[in-house]
Amino acid sequence: MDIKHPAKAGSLESNDIYVMVEPSSEEGIVLELDSIVMRQFGRHIEAAIKETVTKLGIDNIRIVAKDRGALDFTIKARVETAVKRALEE
Amino acid sequence: MEGCRRSMLFMPGNNPGMLQSAGVFSADSIIFDLEDGVSLQEKDSARLLLRNALQTFDYGGTEVVVRVNNLTGSPYGLADVEVIAPAGVAAIMLPKATEKEIILLDKMLAEIETKTERTTGSTKIFPLIETAYGLMHLKRIISSSIRIAGVLLGAEDLTADLGIKRTRDGEEIFMARCQVAIACRAAGIDAIDTPFADVQDQEGLIKDTQKAKALGLTGKAAINPRQIGLIHEVFAPSPEEVLYAREVITAMQEAEKEGKGVFSLHNKMIDAPIISRAQAVLAKARQYGWKEGENHA
Amino acid sequence: MLNAVRRELPEYIEGYGQVKTFQGANVEQDKPVRRQVVIDKDSVDGNKVLSSLQEAMARCGLTDGMTISFHHHLRNGDHVLNMVLEEAARLGFKNLKIAASSIFPVHAPLVRHMENGVVTGLCTNYISGPVAEAVTHGLLHTPLVMHTHGGRARAIEAGDLSVDVAFLAAPSCDACGNINGVNGPAACGFLGYAIADAHYARRVVAITDNLVEYPNCPVEISQEYVDYVVPVASLGDVQGIISGTTMITRDPVGLRIAQFAAEVIAASGLLKENFSFQTGAGGISLAVAAYVREMMKKQKITGSFASGGITGYLVEMLEEGLFRAVFDVQCFDLLAVESQRRNRRHQGISASFYANPHNKGAVVNNLDVMILGATEIDKDFNVNVTTDSNGVLIGGSGGHSDTAAGAKLSIVVTKLTKVRLPIIRDAVTTITTPGETVDAVVTERGIAVNPRRGDLRQRLEQAGLLVMTIDELQEIAQAMTGKPDSLPPGRDIVAVVEYRDGTVIDVVYKV
Repeated sequence: MDIKHPAKAGSLESNDIYVMVEPSSEEGIVLELDSIVMRQFGRHIEAAIKETVTKLGIDNIRIVAKDRGALDFTIKARVETAVKRALEE
Repeated sequence: MEGCRRSMLFMPGNNPGMLQSAGVFSADSIIFDLEDGVSLQEKDSARLLLRNALQTFDYGGTEVVVRVNNLTGSPYGLADVEVIAPAGVAAIMLPKATEKEIILLDKMLAEIETKTERTTGSTKIFPLIETAYGLMHLKRIISSSIRIAGVLLGAEDLTADLGIKRTRDGEEIFMARCQVAIACRAAGIDAIDTPFADVQDQEGLIKDTQKAKALGLTGKAAINPRQIGLIHEVFAPSPEEVLYAREVITAMQEAEKEGKGVFSLHNKMIDAPIISRAQAVLAKARQYGWKEGENHA
Repeated sequence: MLNAVRRELPEYIEGYGQVKTFQGANVEQDKPVRRQVVIDKDSVDGNKVLSSLQEAMARCGLTDGMTISFHHHLRNGDHVLNMVLEEAARLGFKNLKIAASSIFPVHAPLVRHMENGVVTGLCTNYISGPVAEAVTHGLLHTPLVMHTHGGRARAIEAGDLSVDVAFLAAPSCDACGNINGVNGPAACGFLGYAIADAHYARRVVAITDNLVEYPNCPVEISQEYVDYVVPVASLGDVQGIISGTTMITRDPVGLRIAQFAAEVIAASGLLKENFSFQTGAGGISLAVAAYVREMMKKQKITGSFASGGITGYLVEMLEEGLFRAVFDVQCFDLLAVESQRRNRRHQGISASFYANPHNKGAVVNNLDVMILGATEIDKDFNVNVTTDSNGVLIGGSGGHSDTAAGAKLSIVVTKLTKVRLPIIRDAVTTITTPGETVDAVVTERGIAVNPRRGDLRQRLEQAGLLVMTIDELQEIAQAMTGKPDSLPPGRDIVAVVEYRDGTVIDVVYKV
């Protein structure tokens, strides 16, 4: 399944993450991640985002995420919200 | 038990930082808010964030309540319940609750409980009484579901509905407080007072809480963690109360030993209501960590 | 070789010299000395007022490679360091070493002077902003040396740090060089960090924007030490002395931590008549002061003193009679400056009086309770306030290590996690303060007591406080955040962290 249009969720507040998604011309999940804890948790955050997108059944998507120290529960919720918003008619 | 919910702390449902730390303030209950605390554009976002938080965190001894959006008056309420209840909450708080909505919510919760293999009836309901209608039909509202664990009086909306001014002293909600206290005590459920709006005004909060306690309310909602400690202090039994209760119980035990049915203390006849009040005070005192024989006075 | 906090250190560091390893907080070295000072004075005449910095540099015999010093009482509003270096750069000086008691973001032009070789050495007690980043990235020719507040005074007195010319920002000064910090447009309070510089530098230049008629009373630094006086238009912006961390936190989690810390103080048995107390700057620390104030009022306690960087909040406590005196090594806001001007019990103290471990008695040793901050803490209670978790310089001890060592009870207050970073680590990025001097760590989810303080743990448990081990605290944090990836080990040393006695407790690597 592919998303229909661009959408975003979350915020740039501390402990939150700002997620923008848009339909992608490339194959698969294209992720551009920027995080204030990149060195400590970069790999981990990337995995959490991709896992959430995959679970939602999305095949091709471009994601830009700016992380402000969000925990997994927030990362997953914001990604899910952005994707669901992008699937709405 | 009476007094289990001395404080119920409102926290916005869309703030990741607050969801992480909601359990550290020693509130008896936290109310995660999806209603007024979340903007219309973020209702979907808050719902998922809160669901994830509930699935992730153990809030320890703090009871978790979620205030959903109105079930019939808003397009969000039903979805809130569908998403939140399966994640596991102690209670759903229903704004501007009517009997019809409570019956609807009761049915939804029963279905969700069956689906998620939870005990039927384990999810409680807290109607928010904040309209003239709600106050007028308090008794019917309370008896429309066995899930109802207590009532929260919402003075801001209520006074708006009544077209009267909300004041710091709160004389305008005297009647409503009495009604809520009486109805809840009659039904054996908690009567939670409206929050005190001015977070900076500690003295005002203490007075307002004392007023509510004096009228028979059992707890108070809070809108800032800083209010918790003071609310607990007000609802704690006073050293004098505890001392007297101990005397009553000791006198009773002695009377029992001597086979006396009726006895007196300080020249006053002690009857059943006084004994049960003394027992309630001591139970509460134990809850506050008072130890037998310790003298806090 | 390993030091007492198990950090691997080289025996010799290029640009720093032979490494004396940290042996423990209270290990006696050789008998401390005060160095001999050669009175190298101008024999010309009584008039010390010069027309320019250029003239002052010439008269002081400033040459390439010399060490010049500055105090930081104007904090982020200081223009004096920039002004002097601008002039030195213009005149073509190279290879200068800067001994500044602190470096703030306002000192950003120093980065350019480092690039151009005007400045090749730096030592300080605290460093933040662009200069800190530049040093972390390896821009300084020799390793930065990080002192503590007490350690800097000790180093100057002992001759470990030899200052050729001290440039003293003097908010009020007369033609003979009598200085105070409480008057004038740039009044920033008693110049506690400048005292050792004034007494031990080979030459002392007072820079003032408030030249007053002789004598300039009160005299804080006297004419007997001052070589020259240079009038300038402005020393800086006094609003800059107010740092953002002088406000009590409004964050509910921070307040919760402060409340727990206050409960620890109450349970410790130290909160009684003649209580003495200090908090670091920082919203949570100041909130602890607020709770302590309530407890002191309720129990009708008159404390002995409060010390350290002083804010209007402590001034209020002084004026309420909660403390008999305030020992002020630096004013953190203008209310404190105002108080110092009018209240004799608001006592200014020098850095040595405050915290030098080798004199005959420092104020920190009289402290009952010290409230400290932390960026990271390891399981031996070692604290980092020098670098962030990426290894970038963001601060330094200041008085952290000094007060931790001196106080009867030193409490670190911190959130258990800060934007996903767990504060309690297997190993901290940099060790600033040794764990043996830290008694308790107070977080929003529990309190860990140093195993050395079984007595304290017992008292806290008896009071019903939420005491757990530091491992348990770490587990709680990591259950929320996940385990952070560790940084690759560093190679090039960009800073040497000296403990207050001058031994090396850790080094900072290039990032």
